[in-house]
Amino acid sequence: MPVQDYIRDRFFPHIWCPGCGHGIVLNGMLKAIEELGLSKNEIVMVSGIGCSSRISGYVDFHTLHTIHGRALAFASGVKMSRPELNLIIPMGDGDALAIGGNHFIHAARRNIDLTAIIMNNRIYGMTGGQFSPLSGHGIKASTAPYSTIDHDFDIMELAKSAGATFAARTTTFHIKEITSIIKKAILHEGFSVVEIMSQCPTYFGKQNKLGNSFEMMELFKKNTRKIGSNKKLENKNLIERGIFIQKELPEYTNEYSKMVKIAMGKKNER
Amino acid sequence: MKKNISFIQGNEACVQGALYAGLDLFAGYPITPSTEITELLSIRLPQKGGYFMQMEDEIASMCAIIGASLTGCKVMTATSGPGFSLMQEALGYAVMTEIPCVIVNIQRGGPSTGNPTHVSQGDVNQARWGIHGDHSIITMTASNHQDVFSVTVDAFNLAETYRTPVILLFDEVIGHMREKLIIPEKDDIELIQRLKTTVSEGVDFRPYLPRDDGRIPMADFGGTHRHNVTGLFHDMWGFPSNNPKIVDGLIHHLVDKINNNINIIAKVKEFHIDDARTILISYGASARTARHVVENRRSRGERIGLLELITLWPFPSHIIREKCRNARFIIVVEMNFGQILKEVKTCIDKPEKVFLANRVDGVLITVQDIRTILRIVQ
Ligand code: SF4
Repeated sequence: MPVQDYIRDRFFPHIWCPGCGHGIVLNGMLKAIEELGLSKNEIVMVSGIGCSSRISGYVDFHTLHTIHGRALAFASGVKMSRPELNLIIPMGDGDALAIGGNHFIHAARRNIDLTAIIMNNRIYGMTGGQFSPLSGHGIKASTAPYSTIDHDFDIMELAKSAGATFAARTTTFHIKEITSIIKKAILHEGFSVVEIMSQCPTYFGKQNKLGNSFEMMELFKKNTRKIGSNKKLENKNLIERGIFIQKELPEYTNEYSKMVKIAMGKKNER
Repeated sequence: MKKNISFIQGNEACVQGALYAGLDLFAGYPITPSTEITELLSIRLPQKGGYFMQMEDEIASMCAIIGASLTGCKVMTATSGPGFSLMQEALGYAVMTEIPCVIVNIQRGGPSTGNPTHVSQGDVNQARWGIHGDHSIITMTASNHQDVFSVTVDAFNLAETYRTPVILLFDEVIGHMREKLIIPEKDDIELIQRLKTTVSEGVDFRPYLPRDDGRIPMADFGGTHRHNVTGLFHDMWGFPSNNPKIVDGLIHHLVDKINNNINIIAKVKEFHIDDARTILISYGASARTARHVVENRRSRGERIGLLELITLWPFPSHIIREKCRNARFIIVVEMNFGQILKEVKTCIDKPEKVFLANRVDGVLITVQDIRTILRIVQ
């Protein structure tokens, strides 16, 4: 099925600015879904609020555009009651990790089979460029005119300590990686996290003088390296790309169905 | 003893009602005084192949039940004041997106942590107006376990009929008190099931298009009709819109679907109303005390009656107005600063004949409290 068939024409034109990284993510994600040969009826896409969260409107799946920060909680209810469906949850960094941080760590801890895709542009785009928990120290933003004093955290480290059983990172420059990683994340049985470093030229780029979207993507190329490549020896500050965690642990809805079997055997108790 | 007679807490009566109504999925977070509901469902739901989820907070609980309702499940959550406050945003989402769900609030004293193990009826207005934006909502309560059971069944039926969240506003005394409950036989109470679309695959499905009778059929997530659900104003396809005509149409629909059916939705119980010169209006645990006063005085020949509210919202103004027409005094008995009193005053021709008997100290209102007010006004 060509990628266009996954798109809802009537939701277009999209709201994203020219050069925004989110369109690249959408493209890479649809390609992954196409290559996996998933039927549109078995995909539920759940999103929260923000530029990135508008993705759910544009695709022809079962789509749930919810409230800020809570997409994973809504998705958990869908998955619990219909475990055979594929749940994909695109989120921005603020949506997933500021207001939604609690749901993120607990969905990871439960190891419920959801695919969380975090488009990390280090800024609140929709509200006009305020700093996010991923902005990091020394960044200019609409609410940080003197530059940020907050520190960020590493999504991969957080995912790991919270219990995610799959975690990977790539960038909008590495479009092929986006597709291959999302494919693996969807196939993974358990909570999977995909961080995609994405550009917001309109705010983060402009406020921090990083140039246009091409120049910002060039930076993703320059400032990252594949896990295991020896580039890191030359420059310790390079951010790693690739799969950080991939392990098997009992999945939440599977464990629940085992519990149901036990409970049904004990029906007459109480 | 017959198998379907039990001596239980109100919280358990609520659980029994929910299971009778066909509850499929419950998501919750422990909080006094509603925890027994969560605990009991963690036993019972897996036994019937249903779904029980303990979430990380009340926000997640509310969100999870909405998600599950979209796959066709009958869903519920239960909480108390602080958790109910946390649920408000997602509750508003359920109103906007018209998702059937049931929310139980076993009221404690508030604001804030307040008085977790003591009784209050302070969340009546929060149930009506806790979420932002204009809307209408159904809220019901009960004063005894048989009614707790039946309003819980009603709540599920109304949620499906009107595609709306329904709030069950019980209080600590009702939740924790032990009393007899007779569980009706299967089929004794009619159950309303999810109305599913009959539109066939490949035909344009409009998830927000009402039928002639006003009900809006749904299509489960995972089925063949893929559609969009959003908390933004939306058209009948679920497509976001800020077209003033569409916005106006939707907000009116959300309010009218409940307010225009108040005659069907609103329920009130009457005790000795026909010739009453003095009418007490009460609900929940307060109504038990009020009933006691009324029965006592009736037996001595006083023309006094009780209107017990089962439906709090939409407020049954038309019934109150009609029943209180000939009363000389109306006393609203409640455990707050007069949240229902204000509603009663606005629907009665002579507001000056309406008085309040209340208590806000975490203690169940007593016969003496009501007697004192009666002595002053009569
Ligand atoms: S504001 Fe930034 S994140 Fe939002 S659409 Fe524009 S470029 Fe993309």
